[in-house]
Formats: sequence, structure tokens, C-alpha cells
Amino acid sequence: MIIDHPLLGPRDAAEFVYLGDARLIDRPDWQGEDAARQFHDYLHVRDNPAGEHRELWFHEHGDRSWLVVTRNTLTHEIIRVELARDVALSLGRSR
Amino acid sequence: MNGPYRLDGGAIDRSRRLAFRFDGRRLTGHPGDTLASALLANGVRLVGRSFKYHRPRGIFTAGSEEPSALVELRSGACREPNTRATVAELFDGLEAASQNYLGSLRHDLLAVNDLLAPFLSAGFYYKTFMWPKSFWERVYEPAIRASAGLGRLSGEPDPDRYDKGFLHCDLLIIGAGPAGLAAALAAARSGARIIVADEDFVMGGRLNAETHEVNGRCGRIWAADAVRELASMEKVRLMPRTTVIGAFDHGIFGALERCTDHLAASDGKPRQVLWRLYTKRAILCAGATERPIAFGGNDRPGVMLAGAVRTYANRFAVGAGRRVGLFTTNDDGWRTAVDLAAKGVRVATVIDVRDREPVAALPDAQIRMNSQVTATRGRHGLNGIVLATGERIALDCLAVSGGWNPNVHLTCHQGTRPVWREAIAAFVPGDRLSGGMTVAGAAAGAFTTAAALADGHRAAVAALGALGRPAAGGAPPTASDEAADVTPFWHVRDSRGRAWLDLQNDVTVKDVVQSHCEGFRSAELLKRYTTLGMATDQGKTANVLALAIVAEQSGRTIVETGTTVFRPPYTPVPIAALGGRARGHDFRPVRLTPSHDWAERRGAVFVEAGMWLRAQWFPLPGESHWRQSVDREVLQTRGSVGICDVTTLGKIDIQGRDAAEFLNRIYANGFARLAVGKVRYGLMLREDGVAYDDGTTARLGDHHFVMTTTTANAVLVFRNMEFARQCLWPGLDVHLISVTEQWAQYAVAGPNSRRLLEKLLDPEYDISNAAFPFMACGDISVCGGTPARLFRISFSGELAYEIAVAARYGEALMEALVAAGEEFDAVAYGTEALGVMRIEKGHAAGNELNGQTTARMLGLQRMVSKKKDCIGNVLSERPAMNREDGLELMGFRPLDPTEELTAGAHLLALGATAETANDEGWITSVAYSPALRSSIGLGFIREGHARVGETVRAWDALQGKDVPVEIISPHFYDPDGERLRV
Repeated sequence: MIIDHPLLGPRDAAEFVYLGDARLIDRPDWQGEDAARQFHDYLHVRDNPAGEHRELWFHEHGDRSWLVVTRNTLTHEIIRVELARDVALSLGRSR
Repeated sequence: MNGPYRLDGGAIDRSRRLAFRFDGRRLTGHPGDTLASALLANGVRLVGRSFKYHRPRGIFTAGSEEPSALVELRSGACREPNTRATVAELFDGLEAASQNYLGSLRHDLLAVNDLLAPFLSAGFYYKTFMWPKSFWERVYEPAIRASAGLGRLSGEPDPDRYDKGFLHCDLLIIGAGPAGLAAALAAARSGARIIVADEDFVMGGRLNAETHEVNGRCGRIWAADAVRELASMEKVRLMPRTTVIGAFDHGIFGALERCTDHLAASDGKPRQVLWRLYTKRAILCAGATERPIAFGGNDRPGVMLAGAVRTYANRFAVGAGRRVGLFTTNDDGWRTAVDLAAKGVRVATVIDVRDREPVAALPDAQIRMNSQVTATRGRHGLNGIVLATGERIALDCLAVSGGWNPNVHLTCHQGTRPVWREAIAAFVPGDRLSGGMTVAGAAAGAFTTAAALADGHRAAVAALGALGRPAAGGAPPTASDEAADVTPFWHVRDSRGRAWLDLQNDVTVKDVVQSHCEGFRSAELLKRYTTLGMATDQGKTANVLALAIVAEQSGRTIVETGTTVFRPPYTPVPIAALGGRARGHDFRPVRLTPSHDWAERRGAVFVEAGMWLRAQWFPLPGESHWRQSVDREVLQTRGSVGICDVTTLGKIDIQGRDAAEFLNRIYANGFARLAVGKVRYGLMLREDGVAYDDGTTARLGDHHFVMTTTTANAVLVFRNMEFARQCLWPGLDVHLISVTEQWAQYAVAGPNSRRLLEKLLDPEYDISNAAFPFMACGDISVCGGTPARLFRISFSGELAYEIAVAARYGEALMEALVAAGEEFDAVAYGTEALGVMRIEKGHAAGNELNGQTTARMLGLQRMVSKKKDCIGNVLSERPAMNREDGLELMGFRPLDPTEELTAGAHLLALGATAETANDEGWITSVAYSPALRSSIGLGFIREGHARVGETVRAWDALQGKDVPVEIISPHFYDPDGERLRV
């Protein structure tokens, strides 16, 4: 596969390490109500879509960017590649 | 001397003769021959035995689809089994041998299997080897193993070299037949970067095998001219002897180039290269494969595909027989009869299943329209056929044509299924191919030369258009269209004897019918039940026939029956090519510390730790057992001073205004208030609350820390920290960089460690206990101005330091330390002594932090701060992970100090039987403690702290040990830590 890195252009997937569902960005509040349940879901509950999937890839043999790659799990077509940091900021994550 | 079956003409170089051996027999051929053509030229027809029934096997095809003529090539360590004689290029001195027989090829003792055939039909394995159960290991498995496989491996390491390579192009053209060459010519003039790959050693595809004309010239000459023109173009890379084996995601293709297979020796060059091709567009011009007809005895040597018989005559100038017959369902088959007759080969008969006028006039042949072959005669080779009418015709070669199947394989690799096209009675590529692939020529069902040329040209113009390049001028090459009518016909119902489908795995029409009757009806089940198409040829000639027979059985159409799809590789790929240079010591990279050479000179015994090589111990002359070396290293370190290379620990430099806050969230314990110039031990959790990694982190400045991780987790911890930095808290001002390889680091441990270091330390630095207490750190310089970092930390439990210098000074520092240590009788120690001392101190390491343990189990629960957010803190509070009666890390000592503990032993109450219900924990790490003169162990046991002094059993069934042990504190040595604070 080839991942079109937003900063570096097209790179072979062999340069990356796969992590999984991009919802891992959305870490719950440790002081929130029902935090244990929230963390349980955050850590273990996943959709398994046949189709578009947003997932985290780490450019380990490159610039160490974490990327959010939107990939069609049926065709491996890559629809979108974003810097995970930008995605996290847009989700309101900060400090 | 020419072989007895050699004809005139052909594309062989008669000026040179190549000597080769087959089963020890001396034979000759010419450059341009394959092993198969040279064997046929010499009249050799029996070349092997089939897999199951050991039936005689001959040469069936003239290409990579060959199911039958499998041989061993070369000898000694170079011996290569199961190669196809039809693609093995002849070279001077080639040694080839037939395979899969007991006794001799002509009198194979295992041919007895053929007599047992009624009992060995489809599903035989599954039905027979089920009972009695006790027979499996003692009888069935040894018998099956003895008869499994075809050729023999050499059993020696492959002496050749294999490589991997990467290529990029705008357009990949797969196959250099008429369609491929027309596409390449059209595209090459546009200036696009083009790769043309073809599995044959001469490009041209069927043009080399036929007598068609292109642009009014002999097709073979036209192809050679086209190849020459393409070769002269700068942006065209021609890759003959290169099979594109797979189509992968996003336009990536795999290709195997056989660089020196056609030479007697590789002379240091890579024998084969596995290429990864990055392409923007690809045109598949892979041609088509002829399919046989199933009829009684159609596996006899001498029965061949009609197109192959034609190839041998036209390209290799070999007559596959002296009295040849043709059995066909289509017009194309007739070309074999016509071409052979033109070459002067006696064509005795043409049998066409169609009820129509003969396609060509063949005055010498008995033409039988609307007729079928029901049986063959002969033992090791064909000597006659029987027709449905009972008529017998003497023949030594029968050319069979059941029509052509487009080579759709590569179009399936990305999940597209082929579709049935009734007009040509064959599967063609499905539409909507991914990765920029299109298909042209016979592979797309355009079977005639004229259609293939036009289709290739069209496909290239379209591909260039998609690449945004102007279409090249020029008209496509032309040829006259030949007749190509075909009638779907699969097997002769009135066959006498077995009608074969898969010649390698011995699958017959009857097997397929039986499989269907027993309920294995889907194409995928049928394949696995009968093993049809599962041999090395992957059923290239057999699959469609079997599918048609299943369709007939079930009264459905082929479309309704469905098809299996193809997976990579297109043809077999040696494991050696997949491995490339990653074998033996080069299987993966090896990391060496800066003072590795120094350790090697000192005779260190090394151990792999991750990718690193670490000194395990340093044996001295006279030491015959590793324990002697390790005990000495421990005693000398504890007695005076020892030096250990700890460079392999992960080191991460952390900087930024929020560096302290960031660490506070990475570690379970607090780091925000760590003073500058101080080091703290930190424990990391996984987000699920399980203990993950530990190490020390030093604060070098307000906004500057350096962290150490365990050697094993260095890469993972860094990855996780980048995740936390970029994805969880992108607003923190913090930056990370791995500096593992930038710093060489040495532990200097023992009561004389300070005195030793003071000898190297530049005079302006004071490391007295008052000025540089336990857990201090700071920038210093040594040996007259070499910058260094000093950390007063201790893994051994002694007064100890770790000193780090830039990696390039590592070896020099090691030498300086050892030289300065001479007066103290300093010792270099390795990872074993390091391990002994950490076990004596009760420090957790990898065996204890094994992904199943909690902070509480490790006795570190007080470190997990409840006042801040950190990775893992929420889920570490789950009740089950904090049970009062849970496992606790303890020390264990055998009651008899001469007994040896083993890691992995389970802990049981005295008198309790060894069963899971009584399991109370396990031993994690063991060592012989020279200080305690006893074997000691760390381990987890239920409610350990409340049970100090109790005796339990350390039971290890694997090692056959059952040792009574006393539960004690895990801090065996200097439990109050007085030695490290002096």
C-alpha cells in the first residue's frame, strides 16, 4: 500500500506501523463520571466496518508523524490522510 | 549431430551445441532450447512420475503452466527440485533428473499405487486416516511423510545469492507478446517511463511460436525488431526472464527476475531478484493458456496441448512425434496440423468434436469430424488412440486443444472476479480493476493476432491519456485475422479408462463427480476435497475443465457454478528469493554498542537482546563454566568495583516548557516536582492499568529531561510517547527525540566506584557523597574536557554511577575506566552478573514486567498517584487488580542451598497435588547468589508478604524438579539500601 503523507508525499506502507481505530485519539476524561466504563469502551470496544475506516498509522521509519488514514477496508482505497495532531486539535484536544 | 526429432528452421542457434545430462544420459541441444525442447528433440518422452499414482508423465505444455514435466536441476547444494522442464533454459553442462519414483523412472515400484486407485479416490485421506486413532502417529503419519513431496531438497544451504529491488515507472506492461509489444511501441514514443516484463527469455510471446505475419513480415522477426527498437529507448526497461507474480495495492507489483538461472554458475551475481514495482498504470498482456480435453488415458506421455506441439515445431524446430494426431474443439487447434504438415511432420489424423466442414485441407490425414477420442494406448508413452466408433489409429503424439483461457490471474489479486464470456467459452477479466490496471490482447479475450495488436495499441493510448501524456502517433501494427471459432467441449463422456484433469495431483473427472455427489459442490470445497488445482501449477490447465464438469453435474451453467479466484504468486517463487539477503546472520540488522569491539577483544560471550548484541560475561583463562565467570564478576563488583556497558537501554530526550507535565502523565508516579539535578525511578502503565515499563528519568534543566527505558521496550515506549504527545495532548509544549544511539553509557558499581571515577573526572567537579548524593545527576567532563553526563543511580545495590559520553567516545571511555580501575582490581561485567545483582536486590525486570502484572503485584502500588491523570491510572484501580489476596512479588530460597531453582516453576502448598486448582503462583527469575551462597528466585505468590517464613514447593514438570522453598523478602541483599547511599 501507499500512504500519501500530508508532509512527505506518497510513502510505502512498509515505512509505517499500524495502530488501529482513530477513536483512540478521543481519550476520556479521567475525572469524568463513570470514567472506568468510559475507559473500558475507549480501550476495547471497536466497530469493524466493511467500508471506510479511520485509523492511526505511525511513520516510524520516517518523520514520526502519527497519521489518521481513512481507508476502505474492502478495497484498501485510501480516501484521506491527515496529521493526527491536526485531527486531535480539531476534536478540541489541547493540554 | 541433431536430435532425432529435430526439424528445420526454428529460433535455435545451430552453430553451437550444448551438452547436458538427463538421468545421467548424455544429450545435446542448442542455445535457444529449453530443457523440454531438447529432451523432445532427443526423443525423450518419459520425464517423471505423478504425485499420487506414480503414473508416467511426459511434457504437456511449452510454458510456465506445465503441470507434468517436473524435474530436478543441478546437483549438490545447488539441486533444485520440482522445476518445470518447459521453462528451464538449456545451458552447457546442465544436469537434470527425473523425480518421484522408487527404483527407476521406467520401473517405478510406487506405481503400485495406481493399482490401488479405486481405494485412493477423492477424500481418501479424510476417510481412511481417521481410525483407529492410535494408528495416526505410529503408522499413518510416517507412511504419509515417506511418500510426501515430489523432488528432493539438497538439505544444504543454498550457495547462491538472492536480492530484492525496487523500481518505479509510469507504465508497466506485463507480457511481451503481440499485445504487449504493440502497447510498448505505442507508449514508448510518448516519453513515459515504461517497464516491459516477460517471463520468457525471448520476448514475443506467441509470435515466436506461430507462423503469423505482422506488418507483412514474419511475426517472430517483427517481434525481434520491435524488441530491438524498445531496447534502444532510454526510458524503456525491458525485463525478460521476469515473471510478474502478483498485483498488490495501489499499483504495486511483485516480479521475480531470474538473472542467472540460465547460466552454469552465478559468478557472484544475484541468481534471482525479487522486484517491487511501483507503477502509475499497468497493462496486463499475459496472453492465454490452452486447455485440454478430458478423455480416457489423456495423461499418457505423448498427449500434449496443441499449441505446445506447434511451439516446439515452429520455435524450437522439434517434432513432438513422428505420427501426430490432433484432437480439437476449435479452429485454432487446426493450425497445429497445418504447421506440422508444413514442417514435414506426418499428421496422421484430425479429430474434431464439431459437426462441420474441415477447417483445412490435409491430404495425408484421416479427418474425423463430429468425432471423439475415448481411449489411448501405450505404456510409457502413447502408441495409439481409440475413437468413439471403435476405430484405432496408431500415433506417437496427440495434440489436444479444448480452446484457450485468458490468463486473468493478476486481475484477481485485488479481489476482482473473472466473468464468463460465452462467445469464447472462457473466463475474461472482470471490470473495475484497481491499481490502474487494464487488460489487453488474449488476456482480455482478444485471441487473434490482429485483435491482440490492435488491443495492445489501444490500451497503451488509453493509459497514456490517463497519465496526461499526449498519445503517441503511429498506427497499430497489423496482421490478418485468423479463424478462431470454438465450441465449448470439456470431456468425452464415453471415455474408457480414467479421464484426467489435474496431471500433477492425479485428479480425474470421476473424482470431481464423486466430490460433487458427496456434497462438496462449491468450487472452493471441490478444490480442497479433490486437491484439484492445488499442485505447483495451481491448476492452470485443469481448473476451468473441472468447473465445467461440476456445472454439468449440477445442471447449472458455469456462471451459476462460479469460479475460484487466483492469489499471488502467478508461478512458484523460491523461498530464497522471498528471503533475499535476510538469512543467517543477516536475517535482521544487528546493533552493536560503541565498545563492542573492546568487549570482543576481551573475549566476551555475547547474547542477543532485541537487536543488540550485549556482553553476557567475560571468561578468564581457566574458567570452564559460565558460573565461574559470573560469580567472579559479581563478587569483584560487590567487593570493589565493576563496569558494565548499559548503552542499550532506551534513552529519550524530552524538552519543552511542558516537559515535566508531560512526564507526569506518562509515568504513574509524579515527576512535576523533581528537582533539577535529580533522577527518579518511574513506572509506566499501559492504558489498561497493567505495568508496562520502568526506568529512570533525570532532570537536566527546568525544561529538559532524559529518560531511560528498558532495552526491549525502547522503540515501543518512544512510539507511545509520540502518540500521547501528538494525539492526546497536542497543546503541550514538549518535544521528544530518541538518543539511544547518541550516548554510550556505562554503569560503574561497587564500593570503589567513586574513587575510580574521581581519577577520570576533571578537577572542577565534586562527586563526594555530600555534593553528589544518591539520585543526583549532572553535566560533567572527564579525561581533560570530554563532556559527559553522570547519574548516581544503582541497579546493583552498590554505590554506583552511570556515566554517559557521546557515542564516539564510548570505546575510549571504557578503556579509560578499565585502566583507571586496575589499582582497584576493577572488573568488566556482563548481563548475567547484572541480572544476578538485580535479583539479589529484588528489582523487577522483563520477567516480572511481563504484561500480566500490576503495580500492586510488584509492590509498587504506592507509586501510582491518584492525584493526577496519567496513562493507565483509571483502569489500574479496577478491584480485581487490587485484591488483598492477590499475587505479590517475593523472594524464594531453597531449604537445601545446593538445590537449584528454575524460572517457570509453579508454587504449590506442601502436600498439595500439582494441579491448576492448587496453583499459588510462579517463579519468575532465578540466579545463584554468590553473596548468599545459594540459588535464589523472585516470583509471585498469593498474599506473599503475610507468608514470609512459610515453606512451599517450587514444582517444575518441564525440568522434573520439585524443590521445597522458603518465602522471604525479595530484597535478599542489603535490604535497607545502606550500601548505595555511602
